[in-house]
Amino acid sequence: MAHSISTIRSILPSRSTDVRRPRAGWLAALLVGAAGLFAPAAEAAREFQQLFITEPYLELHIGPGRRYPVTQVVARGESVDVLYRRTEWFRVRTERGVEGWVSERDLSLTTLADGTPFTFDFGNRAGYMSHHWEGGVSMGDFGGATLISGYVSRSLTNQLALELTGSQFLGNASNGYLVDIGLAHVFAPEWRLSPFVSIGTGIITVQPKTTLVQQQDRTDQSAFVGAGLRWYWTRRFFVRGEYRTHKVFTSRNANEEIDEWKLGLAFFF
Amino acid sequence: METRSRVLLLTAAIALLPGCASLHWPWHKKAPPAAESSSDTTEQSAATPRVIDPQVERRSIKVPKIRPRDVEFGGYYGVLSIEDFGSNPVYGVRAAFHVTEDFFFEANVGRSTAGKTSFETLNGNLQLLTPAERRFTYYNVSLGYNFLPGEVYLGRNLAMNSSLYLIGGVGSTKFAGDQHFTVNFGAGYRILPTDWLAIHLDMQNLVLQSDLLGKNKLTSNLGASIGATVFF
Repeated sequence: MAHSISTIRSILPSRSTDVRRPRAGWLAALLVGAAGLFAPAAEAAREFQQLFITEPYLELHIGPGRRYPVTQVVARGESVDVLYRRTEWFRVRTERGVEGWVSERDLSLTTLADGTPFTFDFGNRAGYMSHHWEGGVSMGDFGGATLISGYVSRSLTNQLALELTGSQFLGNASNGYLVDIGLAHVFAPEWRLSPFVSIGTGIITVQPKTTLVQQQDRTDQSAFVGAGLRWYWTRRFFVRGEYRTHKVFTSRNANEEIDEWKLGLAFFF
Repeated sequence: METRSRVLLLTAAIALLPGCASLHWPWHKKAPPAAESSSDTTEQSAATPRVIDPQVERRSIKVPKIRPRDVEFGGYYGVLSIEDFGSNPVYGVRAAFHVTEDFFFEANVGRSTAGKTSFETLNGNLQLLTPAERRFTYYNVSLGYNFLPGEVYLGRNLAMNSSLYLIGGVGSTKFAGDQHFTVNFGAGYRILPTDWLAIHLDMQNLVLQSDLLGKNKLTSNLGASIGATVFF
């Protein structure tokens, strides 16, 4: 509020001087009118977020990190423009044109032009509970072979999500790829540590190692059921561990069963 | 085994059913709750008649968005010493995502071509691998830690932000017709001439198990590279 009042005050005296000089009055009136027309437009089209310093001073670091030194400060009452962000650090430009990096913690003590405190959404528990998309990478074991896996998931409700998983496994006797699509159900998304179950189907390609016997690559359909745990870490991140049992429908006499264990990091957005 | 998977399938199906119940299908009408709320407001307005009905149009203030610049993308070129196959040029692409000021995730895809082993050189025409099998292609996903952030000074008037980082991860390497699970670790030095451009100097070791020369052994493939990335 205080800032908008000061802007009005700065305009008022110029108007009163115009009144005392009638000859130039029409020109001044036109100018003031034109300024009145264009000023709000210019305000609305502001390119960067302007923040006002309410603490004694705001520290500007030379780099986006707490261990980079502070070389400039901005005094109370002055403002900065936020240019962009890297992790929890914001690149700002002062009224004098000096640029530097400010931490999210320091910037949360500044205010917007209307006096409301500046807040920034880095993701929180509420987002962990309810979000549209998530993705992650994990590592684990796939029937004795090393597994590297990644997934994306689209939430249908807070509890139910459609998941697409792509994995590569590297073993002593064979390597291969795995693509699965399935449904995952989180029992209590509001818990920090929440269990989930999953069910789905996919395709598995096994490539036997060339140094052993010369065999053809095999591609078969498979189905899986699984269960796991997810634990909210910070911001938009959570840890996810999962067990899946795959049934591979081979063209041979017996179907194959493969156990998969994996642990990884995931994020939501 | 059959019964175990049946039991598991059934358990998962039962567990998934309550989730389906909470889905908002298009045929689920939302009209009844809306009607209830409107009747509530009419009752309320009847109890307390409004004296002033403000006709103020609320101004919608467009808050400028703060653009994130957490993603780094670029390429690198260097030398890779493939164990038993000599040192050869390597090139690749790199993408990184900075999670916090300390930690970042990085993904690399690189390629090199293996030279000749000493055995091949001594034997003249003998070839252990075909030209296609000599291609050494790898990818890895790593976690990096900005170990020593600081500043470098070039002359009197030029200072650039820098950081020494440690990096380690897992991936896969295709070499000699086989895929090998690969562990990578190393260190790098990042210099930022501007805030959107970074120059990298990297040293990494790609460790993989190979039975190519008759014996199953862990091979160390050391590489050094110079690269440039742009922050988006």
